[in-house]
Amino acid sequence: MAETIELEVVTPSGPVVSENVDIVTAPGYGGVFGVLANHAPFLSTIKIGELSYKKEGKEYYLMVSGGFCEVSNNKITFIVESCEKGSGIDIDRALRAKERAEKRLAQAKGHQEKINEARAQAALQRALARVQVAEKKGN
Amino acid sequence: MASLKDISTKIGGVKKTSQITKAMNMVSAAKLRGAQQKMENFHPYAEKFNATMANLSSGATGDYPLMEVRDVKTVEIVVVTSDRGLCGSFNANIISMAEKLARKYEAEGKKVSFVCVGKKGSNYFRKRGLVRKAYRDIMGTFQMFNAREIAQDIALNFEASEADEVKVIYGHFHSVARQLPTTIHLLPVKPVESEAGVDVAGQVADYIYEPSADEIMDVLLPLYMNVMIYNSMLQIGASEHAARMTAMDNATNACNDIVKELTMIFNKARQAAITGDLMDIVGGAEALKG
Repeated sequence: MAETIELEVVTPSGPVVSENVDIVTAPGYGGVFGVLANHAPFLSTIKIGELSYKKEGKEYYLMVSGGFCEVSNNKITFIVESCEKGSGIDIDRALRAKERAEKRLAQAKGHQEKINEARAQAALQRALARVQVAEKKGN
Repeated sequence: MASLKDISTKIGGVKKTSQITKAMNMVSAAKLRGAQQKMENFHPYAEKFNATMANLSSGATGDYPLMEVRDVKTVEIVVVTSDRGLCGSFNANIISMAEKLARKYEAEGKKVSFVCVGKKGSNYFRKRGLVRKAYRDIMGTFQMFNAREIAQDIALNFEASEADEVKVIYGHFHSVARQLPTTIHLLPVKPVESEAGVDVAGQVADYIYEPSADEIMDVLLPLYMNVMIYNSMLQIGASEHAARMTAMDNATNACNDIVKELTMIFNKARQAAITGDLMDIVGGAEALKG
């Protein structure tokens, strides 16, 4: 087996993942990036999206929302506001949330209220990420 | 002297009260476990967060609005209390600490404003008319986003130079038996001087930042406030239940003592009544004999 990197995902409501994995792919500030074992020290903000990792040939998907990630000493730590496992996502609910967010976004645009628009935008992104992860779960 | 009936009614009443306080004690014990769990879950997040923040601040050098040190003219005190009472002197201790701090600042000629989280604190400070914002009835089911809302509001106020320094007062949860009102410094954020940053200094400089360290810092500082506020809310949650447990335990004990005392009085009164009755009977019998 190739070398592994220690992956840790922590959220305010508790640690979600803590295991040794082969590769981690995450939605960073400048786009999706991948991290292999013995990566150089690295610090990036994380956008709402899909976090995936490969362990013993199997791929796992997680939905993460904003936060940041740190790589050092062959360890990658995600400090995010929330994280959901693909198998735990209710796809119907996510789809409904997506529709709701789209509606709200359309309304907010009419009112020119920046905050509402930003909120709706974030909700939409979260819903999209959830749908994406849930569809791929496969485990 | 109260009649026998009065006393027995009173005993019944006190016994009922002790049942209630006992039940409240048990409810608090159960809730405390939940609150402590929440705190434990949050701990790794806060720890990792602070470690990263320490690493980052050694790489970042820019000036951030949330770190700006100004001449302190207005101090904002964030008072975090519980929403409900019946937990002994817990909230009163926090409030008096806030009051003391406010007086100290006022004596120094600084203006003071309050942000109250939790009903008890806002009820108190509303009378003084210095409350800028109050968040009530959120302690029961608070989530991270509540903390975010509060943190955002405080940050905006700080950036608008409405406040030059922000302090948070909350009840720190030391143990089930000990909760102490504690003051922490929130804004301007002080640069983190970590021990970790010192002994791995060479390595820290090698970090690849994406985007730049300064931009990450811009994202991170508001999050840091979230973490601090959320943490103080969690602590209050646990402390409140622990304080209520102690208070209710004391109340139950006091009830039992009162019941004991009343029973004693009841028995004495009963005895006196019996003695009186006997005297009457004996007296009557003596009179018949004559």
